[in-house]
Parts: sequence; structure tokens; C-alpha cells
Amino acid sequence: MSDVKKFMFVNRKAPYGTIYALESLEVVLITAAFDQDVSLMFTDDGVFQLKKGQQTKGIETKNFSPTYRALEGYDIEKLYVDRESLQERGLTEDDLLVDVKVLSRAEVGALMDEQDVILSF
Amino acid sequence: MASIEVNGKSYETDEEGYLIDLAEWNPEVGNFLAQSENIEMTDQHWEVINFLREYFEEYQIAPAVRVLTKAIGKKLGPEKGTSEYLYGLFPYGPGKQACKIAGLPKPTGCI
Amino acid sequence: MLHIINRSPLADKALENCLNTATGGDILLIEDAVYAATKGNAFESRLRAAMGKFKINVLRPDLEARGMADRLVDGAKLVDYAGFVELAVANKTCQSWL
Repeated sequence: MSDVKKFMFVNRKAPYGTIYALESLEVVLITAAFDQDVSLMFTDDGVFQLKKGQQTKGIETKNFSPTYRALEGYDIEKLYVDRESLQERGLTEDDLLVDVKVLSRAEVGALMDEQDVILSF
Repeated sequence: MASIEVNGKSYETDEEGYLIDLAEWNPEVGNFLAQSENIEMTDQHWEVINFLREYFEEYQIAPAVRVLTKAIGKKLGPEKGTSEYLYGLFPYGPGKQACKIAGLPKPTGCI
Repeated sequence: MLHIINRSPLADKALENCLNTATGGDILLIEDAVYAATKGNAFESRLRAAMGKFKINVLRPDLEARGMADRLVDGAKLVDYAGFVELAVANKTCQSWL
């Protein structure tokens, strides 16, 4: 296909407190059907979406964190995390439930410049 | 809200016949939903239904057809990982029909 | 007074403004505000410094939902929904910093 575009989903919100994280994930899954070049960026509180060990029984909300592990099966393999955002939240790569590439702020900005479409959540 | 009755017990469904609470599902409910889709369940059908339920248990979503086909091929053998095979079992679409029988929601991205 | 906060301290000024404005009392962190009471968060030292003036309570189901139950800061108290109600009853007034 000649008209493949580079799509980046930028995730900046923590899960559950607002609907953004779940909405983003659903749009990502739908976008996967269109064979585009999709990447996911997790920055600011968005890095919390990937935290291991989420247990949502007590808030009677669907725990959608296991779905991030399904992305590989959808051929979505470009997952990026901003290093400073992790550090500001006391998190390391080991705290995350999927394999990601950790980038500096400068690398994040450069990667954003390469995209055809950016969707922010 | 709509509902179905199986062995004297009532189960809530949405307007398209998908089970509301997947925890309520059991094989009898699966058989009932299959009948309403005019599908005679065989071991090959159950293999796909069980696979779908395991997939949902692990990832909390119903897979898109393309993803299901690929994953079935990996798990049950390449001869079964084709849309011909899966559409042969579930003529109106493995995603839509098999997910309904398995008590799962309609796949995300199923347009 | 009971102060209720539901926003992440790194995404919203609600908790910062509460700490700077309120004269003391109970604080209850719920929803995304629970991250403020987790070890290693950039807001941790600010929260610790306020502990002399405020009693910090954290809603357990919200902390568990976010996978952060293993890293609650020392000095903060976990409460469940019943504890939430008790705090609301024990305080004469209650303010949500929305």
C-alpha cells in the first residue's frame, strides 16, 4: 500500500481518573485494522497507564491494562516512554507491563516531528 | 433490555443478542446462542470458542478477526489459521458470531 | 475540615493550592490524587513537608486500581469507603478541590 501514514498516539493522562486512556486504547485497536504505521507515546501521567499490578475490583471499573499486552498481536510494536516522566513518578522500566523503548525528551520531540498524524489523549 | 432463557434461568443480552455479563456464560448458554445463529456446534467450533474465551481472559478484549486468525494458526495449527476455515465454521464472521456464542462483547474494531 | 483531592499532583494544581491555602485538618486523596502519596513521585517531598499540618488519608481501592499499593509513603493512612464516610462524618465541613 502506498498511502501508509505515520500515526502517533500521545498518551498523557493517568488511567481511570479520566476516560482518555481507555478511549485512546480503543482508537488504537481500531486504527490497527487500517495497516498504518502506528506508534504509541507515553509521557507525563500517561506512563501510569503501563504500571504493573493494577487491581480495579475495589473501584468496580474494568481493568484494561492487560490489553496493552495484546497490542503486539495487532502488529503495534512501537511503544515509547519518556524517561523524565518515569523518573518524576518513581517508576523504572521494570514497573511496566510491556516492553517499551525509553527516550529522552529530545528524542521524543524528534519522533513527533516525523509523524504525519498525531492524536493526543 | 433483552434476555434469553436457558434451562429455566434468564440471562441478560444487549439488543444484538450479546451476553451482558460474560461471567454468567456456560456451555449450555453457548449452545443456545449457537442455535439462535443456526450453527450446529462441533469439536472444531468449541476449539475456537474456548480459544476466544482464553484470549479474552488474558487480554480483556475480543480479538479482531485478523488477529484471531493469526493467533489460531499459531495455537491450533496453520491449516486452521485461515479465514476460509473460520468462516466455514462461522459463516457470518468468526469475530461477530463466535464472540457472541462465547459470551464475549463484539470485537473492538469490528466495523 | 476535610479536604478531598482527586487530581494528580503532576497534572493539576489542586493539591498544591490546597496545601498552600488550607490551615490544616484532614486531607483525603482519591482517584488520580493517590499518586501524590507514592514513593518516588516528584510531589513526595512536598506532601511529606505538609504532614505536620495535615493528616494525609489515601483511598485504598483507588491506590490498588493504579497498581501503586506497594509504594505508599510512610505517614499516610489507607482508608476504605467506610473510612471515607467516617472522615466526612467526623469533620464539620468538607471541601472538594475540583
